[in-house]
Amino acid sequence: MGNVIIDISSYSFRIGDKEILKEVSLTVHEGEYVSIVGPNGAGKTTLLKCISRIHRGGRGSIAVAGRRLEEYSQKELALKVSYVPQADGRHAPFTVREFILMGRYPYLSPFSPPGPSDTGAVREAMEVTGTSEFSERFLGTLSGGERQKVYIAAALAQEAQVLLLDEPTTFLDPRHESDIYRLLAGINRERGVTIVSVTHDINSAVLTSRTVLALKGGAVAFCGPAEEFMNEEILRNIYEKSFSLMQHPQYGRTIIAPEVP
Amino acid sequence: MGKGAKYKKLLLGIILIFAVAVIVGAPMIGMKSLSMHSMLHPADGSRDADIFWKIRVPRVFIAFLAGAALAVSGMAFQAIFRNPLATPFTLGVASGASLGAAVYMRFGLAISLFGVSGVSLFAFGGAILSILLVYGLTRIKAGFSIGTMLLAGVALNFFFSSAILFTQYMSDFTDSTRILRWTMGGLEIMGYDSVLNMAPFVISGAAIILFLTHELNLLMTGEELAISRGANVGRIKKVLFFATSLMVGGVVSICGPIGFVGMMVPHICRLMIGADHRYLTTATILFGGAFLTLCDMLARTLIAPAEMPVGIITALLGGPFFIWLLLGKSSSKMGMM
Repeated sequence: MGNVIIDISSYSFRIGDKEILKEVSLTVHEGEYVSIVGPNGAGKTTLLKCISRIHRGGRGSIAVAGRRLEEYSQKELALKVSYVPQADGRHAPFTVREFILMGRYPYLSPFSPPGPSDTGAVREAMEVTGTSEFSERFLGTLSGGERQKVYIAAALAQEAQVLLLDEPTTFLDPRHESDIYRLLAGINRERGVTIVSVTHDINSAVLTSRTVLALKGGAVAFCGPAEEFMNEEILRNIYEKSFSLMQHPQYGRTIIAPEVP
Repeated sequence: MGKGAKYKKLLLGIILIFAVAVIVGAPMIGMKSLSMHSMLHPADGSRDADIFWKIRVPRVFIAFLAGAALAVSGMAFQAIFRNPLATPFTLGVASGASLGAAVYMRFGLAISLFGVSGVSLFAFGGAILSILLVYGLTRIKAGFSIGTMLLAGVALNFFFSSAILFTQYMSDFTDSTRILRWTMGGLEIMGYDSVLNMAPFVISGAAIILFLTHELNLLMTGEELAISRGANVGRIKKVLFFATSLMVGGVVSICGPIGFVGMMVPHICRLMIGADHRYLTTATILFGGAFLTLCDMLARTLIAPAEMPVGIITALLGGPFFIWLLLGKSSSKMGMM
């Protein structure tokens, strides 16, 4: 395993007088693929937003690449951490290319046009994600799957070591969902980008990532290897319902069997 | 489909030529036709030269500066609030500035700071206070909708308008007429001193905004995404609020509130050149200046020999435009609703 890239230690965060995160600790190594799961309102999204410093403050500490977040300027942090937010149905009136180019913001200065390294990074991000073919279309005209690829491309153009994703596959049909997971796995394996992804889909979490962090009520309920997470008791404790587990017919790993109501 | 950089640069060139043509052409047209010879040879002491150089030319400058400032501050508001209906006027900032100016006139104050007139400073103060107020309101109500924001603007507008009426009511006849006439928004009887008074506000404000075009793009994609891309959103917004207040205060203190320019011009420019602020900002400044200059030309000539306040023309054009934006598909297609 590589060096520690994200080090969160007993971090608590509150919005108003509601404590959203309680004493959360997590260590992520370079090149790791971590899934964050947990029931609604467990604080998963908030944790991502704290790592990318969209939310500031909180007790405890978050360090990225050995430096505490407070020591970074926002631009410096953007060189280390990129973020793909949850789809909210709002689209800025930009073309795909314009939007992906904005990923280069931390490298740009006010009046200089984007240089060769910027256009190169944009081209590469579009090739990796397969978005070149619709580079001149407006964001508002894209399908859910295309939109997600474009947002991932913009984050890739940022050339950060860590990619944070908030429910990257919600609202996607099975084909586009597996497209996105294949894309992320490729980015993780071939480019060594560390991925931290929030998801509601427990099966894909354990099939895509080696490490799983489960939050419940803002606190860490489980943190460890994906195989250990697939345990009836652990799952029942976290989700307050029982699951029946089974072996994946192809990969031999434990997954949750679909339920008949 | 988006348009290429070459196309956009070409379009910027065309808008620049258009703006220059308007600046050069507008002083030639007016209720009294002037002979070209006497305009260019002021030495023979004709009244034509005086009308041209001392009345029309400064007025065109004022109109251009005011139009550019109002348009580009509207554009900045639309990026910050991610809404095509957000402008300093719809959100009550211009009426805040007007109130500041009205208070100054009522009390007949005579303050100036480093050569900047007191009325402009008061208008600037009114603008910045109302921006903070409207922004604060949208902040308190978390996850604010377009509706909440516009209603907050409407409420502020009512409040400030009543406060202006009150100020006016409490004034003597001369001050009262002066305030009333000024709230209609107009560009009459302005000399070079008005140009000099307004220019620093407009130029510094526009320069700040030109400096922040990448940031405006990012703001339009949403604050959280902007932060994750490395933008210091809190500071950027403060700077943008400062710059727009400078411009709105500078313009309102001299011309009164001239509405709708900040809504129409950026929208037309977005349709022409796209939403990328690297191009849109320059286009909006040039087109905004030319637009108000043309509107003022209409105001000077439509009911000649009388004139009407240019604010009436922009409002007559802007009202229907506002409704078209509110109902139309074009804004939702632009992803801003």
